Amino acid sequence: MVAMTAIAKNELKRGDVILQVKDLVKYFPVRTSFLQSLRGKEQLAVRAVDGVSFDVYKGEVLGVVGESGCGKTTLARTLLRLTDATSGSAILEGVDILSRNHAEMKELRKKLQVIFQDPYESMNPRMDVQTIISEPLRIQGIVNSVNAARDIVASVLADVEMLPPEEYMSRYPHELSGGQRQRVAVARALALDPDFIVADEPVSMLDVSIRGEVLNLMLTLSRSRDVTFVYITHDLATARHICDRIAVMYLGKMVELGTADEVIINPRHPYTRALIGAVFVPDPRHRGFADILRGEIPSPVNPPSGCRLHPRCPHAIDICRTTEPEFITYEGTHRAACHLAGQLKPRQA
Amino acid sequence: MALLEVKDLKMYYRTARGHVRAVDSVSFEIEQGKALGIAGESGCGKTSMASALLRLLPSNGSYHGGSVVMDGKELLTMSEEQFRKDIRWKRISMIFQGAMNALNPVHKVGEQIVEAILHHEDVSREQAVKRTHDLFGLVGINPKRFNEYPHEFSGGMKQRAVIAMALACHPDLIIADEPTTALDVMVQAQILKSIAELRQRLNLSMMLITHDLSVIAQTCDSVVIMYAGKVAEYGDVVDVYTRPAHPYAMGLVNSFPNIQAARTEVRSLPGFPPNLLAPPSGCRFHPRCPLADEECKQVEPAVREVGGNKHMVACHKAEIVQQGGDIWSR
Repeated sequence: MVAMTAIAKNELKRGDVILQVKDLVKYFPVRTSFLQSLRGKEQLAVRAVDGVSFDVYKGEVLGVVGESGCGKTTLARTLLRLTDATSGSAILEGVDILSRNHAEMKELRKKLQVIFQDPYESMNPRMDVQTIISEPLRIQGIVNSVNAARDIVASVLADVEMLPPEEYMSRYPHELSGGQRQRVAVARALALDPDFIVADEPVSMLDVSIRGEVLNLMLTLSRSRDVTFVYITHDLATARHICDRIAVMYLGKMVELGTADEVIINPRHPYTRALIGAVFVPDPRHRGFADILRGEIPSPVNPPSGCRLHPRCPHAIDICRTTEPEFITYEGTHRAACHLAGQLKPRQA
Repeated sequence: MALLEVKDLKMYYRTARGHVRAVDSVSFEIEQGKALGIAGESGCGKTSMASALLRLLPSNGSYHGGSVVMDGKELLTMSEEQFRKDIRWKRISMIFQGAMNALNPVHKVGEQIVEAILHHEDVSREQAVKRTHDLFGLVGINPKRFNEYPHEFSGGMKQRAVIAMALACHPDLIIADEPTTALDVMVQAQILKSIAELRQRLNLSMMLITHDLSVIAQTCDSVVIMYAGKVAEYGDVVDVYTRPAHPYAMGLVNSFPNIQAARTEVRSLPGFPPNLLAPPSGCRFHPRCPLADEECKQVEPAVREVGGNKHMVACHKAEIVQQGGDIWSR
């Protein structure tokens, strides 16, 4: 459908590595006064993402989970080049996203699309649905008018189950429900037939009753079109049910990564355990909160020494205070960054 | 006798295009020391109900019938003066939605609680300050932070301060409107755990308003499921969650993923709530309901009991729903 120009389309199979992120770092400098800088005060920085490495496989849904301030959204924005990384690399099908110039980036965006959190803010209220969905096609020069994009728009609307498509094409965002708007956002992301979509909290603004629609749509598309999704969320319960693999972040670091079952049923990291224990179960016959951590997430300007979780961790020993744990692979693909990860007892079901 | 009895309560908003029936013939009871959850999608009338109970209606809201009785006394006909003196904050207090913004940013947190106490009770300033220190301890804030401002508190701490303020005048009933919605999961769990402990210690009743059925499952004794301003289902939480009798309640319970369960499809509930200016005829849920027939389109279902234990439902098809088949599978 879409002619690929500068970048040759690699023939990757399902399960091949499509994106390789290595030592990704993003610091945001904290503003200091002129006087302070004259006094030679050290330049402070918010360490939003502080050395993260992982692979993403073609056609999978990878969940990136964590509390606010853990760096998950910064990670997403860095991969999309909506903000520039401080250092590190992110190789998408052989091309380093982080070192592309502006023109090359525009080309790359055909493969790399995004779904934003708030469907009320991410669409121009003065455009109708077909104008919204065809905008990326027009920007990329694939079509030169809204009308010329009609077939593509109809086909992606059908892909997101907005049927019949003609019914929705000339509607405006205010005529759609929240769930429908988010489907339009998914359709817009699909219009360029991308390989890779980053979805940043795509359902957190929607009523719980309709979240399933949008999430299942992502899952279906990953299977039917081999689109790879990175699903950024604070909601471990939905991640458990739609993600193939889950990555858990804490204070700028990735602390655990594995298949959804590995991470949820047999979490290696005390933080992952606490996060699972803090999720409410919608069943009044099973009550109680296990393993909740004390306190709140510390400042990313001055993170704790050693393991960043140690001040809140119930298992912390001396080495945790001084030495940062490595992100080690345990059985299969299950990785965790904890000195005690091999020794923790399995979580009670 | 129940601590609070709400009967056929109707509260409408006046608009240029007619009345919005935000709370439309709602009845329930709250027992001393028990917690009742009010659940439903956005716009179903949950928050309107809270303001109706505290008589804090916006200027275009008004009562159109029904009664709210506390300890045998009718609250809706009481004079505003008496309600303010005897009921609001002293017997019924509230934890507001978005507690982050419920504190005044230019006043010290401790002072704001002292002020609330002095406003409602005839005690000396020293006594109020002493009580505030005790309240800080009770909700898990170091009393040394009495003189700090809201911006020096984290989100969870502010929420604790707001809870302390709700407890300041020893109320019998606390209405908590989405008390943890803006907080992270871990802090949410900490706060709800504290609320549960406080309730037990002080024998407090609570009405918890939330869209999150999993929060209600973990903290409440009974639950009201609201749809379009009406009660769809009401009963003991275990009854409603395990044997839902209303298709809406069943769909809503199903759409909450359970992290402890094996991997399944995340369910959803198709469609969206109706416009309350012109609600659908008959059962308000009929346009979204997989079981709807002619009767549902024309006759509004009465609230009736199914299967004992005060399990109430407003649905013509409750018996079919309770047979346990998956009415929502397509």
